[in-house]
Amino acid sequence: MAAFAFYLFAGLLLTSGLMVITAKNPVHSVLWLILAFFNAAGLFILLGAEFLAMLLVIVYVGAVAVLFLFVVMMLDIDFRALQRGALQNLPLGLAVSGVILAEVLLVASGWTAGQGVIVHEALAGPPPGMSNTQWIGSQLYTRYFFVFSMSGLILLAAMVGAIVLTHRRRVGIKKQSIAAQNARTPAATLGVGKAGLGQGVEL
Amino acid sequence: MHPIFASIAIAGPETILTLGSLAALMLGSFTPRHRALAVTSLFAVAIMAVAGFSLLDAPAGRSIAFDGLYVADDFSAFLKLLILAAAAASVLLALPWLQESGPDGVAAGRFEYPVLLLLAALGMAMMVSANDLLTLYVGLELAALPSYVLAAFSRRDDRSAEAGLKYFVLGALASGILLYGVTLIYGFAGSTQLDVIAGLVSVQSERSLGLLFGIVFILAGLAFKVSAVPFHMWTPDVYEGAPTPVAAFFSAAPKAAALGLMARVLLAFPGAVAADWQQIILFIAIASMVLGAVAAVAQSNLKRLLAYSSIANIGFALVGLAPGTAAGISALLFYITVYVAMTLGSFLVVLQLRRPDGATVEAMADLAGLSKTQPRLAAALAIFMFSLAGIPPLLGFWPKFAVFQAAIASGLIGLAIIGFIASVVAAFYYLRLIKIMYFDEPAVPLASEGSPVNGAMIAACALFCSPIGMLALSPLAVATAKAAASLFPA
Repeated sequence: MAAFAFYLFAGLLLTSGLMVITAKNPVHSVLWLILAFFNAAGLFILLGAEFLAMLLVIVYVGAVAVLFLFVVMMLDIDFRALQRGALQNLPLGLAVSGVILAEVLLVASGWTAGQGVIVHEALAGPPPGMSNTQWIGSQLYTRYFFVFSMSGLILLAAMVGAIVLTHRRRVGIKKQSIAAQNARTPAATLGVGKAGLGQGVEL
Repeated sequence: MHPIFASIAIAGPETILTLGSLAALMLGSFTPRHRALAVTSLFAVAIMAVAGFSLLDAPAGRSIAFDGLYVADDFSAFLKLLILAAAAASVLLALPWLQESGPDGVAAGRFEYPVLLLLAALGMAMMVSANDLLTLYVGLELAALPSYVLAAFSRRDDRSAEAGLKYFVLGALASGILLYGVTLIYGFAGSTQLDVIAGLVSVQSERSLGLLFGIVFILAGLAFKVSAVPFHMWTPDVYEGAPTPVAAFFSAAPKAAALGLMARVLLAFPGAVAADWQQIILFIAIASMVLGAVAAVAQSNLKRLLAYSSIANIGFALVGLAPGTAAGISALLFYITVYVAMTLGSFLVVLQLRRPDGATVEAMADLAGLSKTQPRLAAALAIFMFSLAGIPPLLGFWPKFAVFQAAIASGLIGLAIIGFIASVVAAFYYLRLIKIMYFDEPAVPLASEGSPVNGAMIAACALFCSPIGMLALSPLAVATAKAAASLFPA
């Protein structure tokens, strides 16, 4: 059953990966990419890494792929024009990838797995009664507290940087001033006047 | 007391810098706009000074914190003092430039500059205290990300934006390569902790190919950060495009941090593996020295010239790392210290000079006849150039002497000879600059920007690089020897 699920997910993953690069419509490419992410998440679940699977779905499908979709739909890029030159370079690309494939096969055929590994025993998993997610969380917030909190500072630096590079102070725009709003009194804004017959109101 | 508090106390400088950078961000946001930059800059310098003093007060010896992620020893303390001093100087030297640039005087003078420098200094402090490949990576990223932003800081300038983008894309690639090396080492050694790896490697009899691949990848990533050949391509473009104060920062503190990190990582692979990584260091040291010297000859832009000069100097510093001995590391630290003073001084002079239209000087030809228009700045620049060239009475000679001595003591005589030839070639363009300043007719009447703080910093650097600086030789020798010894536990 597990073998069937593996080949199902892996086959779908490869097929959708191929479709990502061959689809004519860029929006279809992104949709195929989302399918690829879901299948990769399925493979993670088969490995018993349910946290990584959920992370992949939430981060990649939920955020990154949706961002891709937005960009692809918002930007007016003529993908046909971009792809036009691709066929001319195809022979060269195929030649280079053929050489690399041959090299990889040559190296892989002489390779015995596990050679030169210094430490062989697997890392201890979560203690009994604790789920993977809980174990990752408890490690992250205790043993790896230092690097975890410093990663937060990296995000802060990225945020400050994004603001520095893109924010500009525009002049001539109207902004809400809550203090000025609150400081208004009826005397300053309201007036009672008499409207005579057949005349307007003097303001 | 919970052990986390003991760890936080050991990582005192990082704690101060973390809280300080957050406070500086708040301070800058809530200070009136016209004062925000000056107030935040001075606050940032004060924070760096406090962090530096906390280092002087630290307990002697080696202390491990955060379950082995972090180590505080004499080596990290020495480099952190150097990094903090260079970063504080970078904050101060940028102040006049930031205040004057921009159409309305405030537009470019944004207070984020010192905040980003504080965050970068924090990352660099983490790098030199890394006892784990994870700390190494996070520290490197924390130092790199503000650097990308700083390179693009004058965003209206196309060249600055291009420099930022180029640096970012290549830097991200280098980080990826480094991270791949980290995963390989973790896969083969079963640990990311440097001292654990060192223990495993030293008792291992056969050579592990996977581990070696990991080291090669990590070295490629780190060589990019120190701009060593063949990973130097970004350096001249980024130095030229980035604002001059930012280029000054790039050439000083990050180089010290990355070289320190390189030494710490490589020494975690002793024994048989050491001979393997030594070959790589030998190659990049020779290539950097030779290319830095030869390529600089053809430059006409001052910032590009200083970029190639920094590539060549990194090569000389790596000569100290190649033997992998305590004497070599001590020479390396000595070299970085003097190099930081020389390069900051040179950039300060370039930054201080203004063309008649108010722009900063970029072309070497503009310096013609500087000795007549600005005699004091010309004299200072001459001292830095003579010192960078390694002419004996000046301080720049002694660190070169020290690294070659360490190389020869370990039998690397060929390396020392190539280094000597490269330094003779390099002397050509340093001396050519002096010739332009002293013997050519003045072309453009250059003005001095006139900032007293920068003037004082130029004077201090020039004094340090002049023969008077030899008074600092013996205390420096004691400090570097002590710092290097802490990397070699008995």
